[in-house]
Amino acid sequence: MAPPAKERRIPVKTELDIVTARVEGRNLARELGFGTIDQARIATAISELTRNVVLYAPEGEVRVRAIVSDDGRRGIEVVCEDNGPGIADVDLVMQDGYSTSSGLGMGLPGTKRLMDEFKIETELGVGTRVTVRKWLR
Amino acid sequence: MEVTRIPILQIENYLVASIQTALHDRAATQFRDDLLERIYETKAQGLILDLTAVDVVDSFLARLTGDIAEMAGLMGTTVVITGLQPEVAITLVELGVELKGVTTALNLEKGIAALRKMVGKEGANGTTG
Ligand SMILES: Nc1ncnc2c1ncn2[C@@H]1O[C@H](COP(=O)(O)OP(=O)(O)OP(=O)(O)O)[C@@H](O)[C@H]1O
Ligand SMILES: [Mg+2]
Repeated sequence: MAPPAKERRIPVKTELDIVTARVEGRNLARELGFGTIDQARIATAISELTRNVVLYAPEGEVRVRAIVSDDGRRGIEVVCEDNGPGIADVDLVMQDGYSTSSGLGMGLPGTKRLMDEFKIETELGVGTRVTVRKWLR
Repeated sequence: MEVTRIPILQIENYLVASIQTALHDRAATQFRDDLLERIYETKAQGLILDLTAVDVVDSFLARLTGDIAEMAGLMGTTVVITGLQPEVAITLVELGVELKGVTTALNLEKGIAALRKMVGKEGANGTTG
């Protein structure tokens, strides 16, 4: 039986969307068979990424979907992209404690620790796309 | 925007607030302000923040919780966090925002017991020397 196409898109503009996005992400993670701890990691990662969109960009979108690796492992992918100012120095924002908004500066480095794969693509004046993945064990 | 208020109960000399819904940022900030106001009004000796129903604590909520504990501490109120779910505790550590210096207890009952002990040590009249 072929699994249904599982992709969910959530527009991100206000803080209310943060809660919607992480609920959607957690639901998909649960459906895919992730345990409670991984569900919490995935929901927290989505919360961090979407809050950054709300804080630093006019708006964006988050997409969560089921993925399968080349060697057949199943997982979840979260892509969070925005049309904000972009990030000038990616190494700098990945340091624990770096923040331009009196935050803790733990959102991005913490998300990287919570997930298995983490990638930032960004262009000044165009926007930022963060892609994270978690694999089922 | 309509903000959901979280009820803050008073039991003896303690305040108890239990977060039962997913809090968006503005509701969380409102909650912090409400709490600090109630602490000021009631001169409560202790505050229990029950997170049993909270399934995500991200860096924003972690900072807010730390702020509440610190500000309450400045007003002489001891804070105990109860009901932190194991998966929430794990994500907090991995995020790097564990609630340092905040006392935690397994559940409400143990939280009240912990408060009694801590507040009791400081003397019934609340002086800490
Ligand atoms: N989508 C984005 N667009 C532009 N800049 C961003 C974006 N996301 C993060 N940044 C920049 O990277 C910095 C670090 O982000 P990070 O999420 O790690 O910490 P923070 O948001 O400042 O605080 P915290 O997430 O701990 O509350 C931010 O302060 C901001 O300057
Ligand atoms: Mg952030």
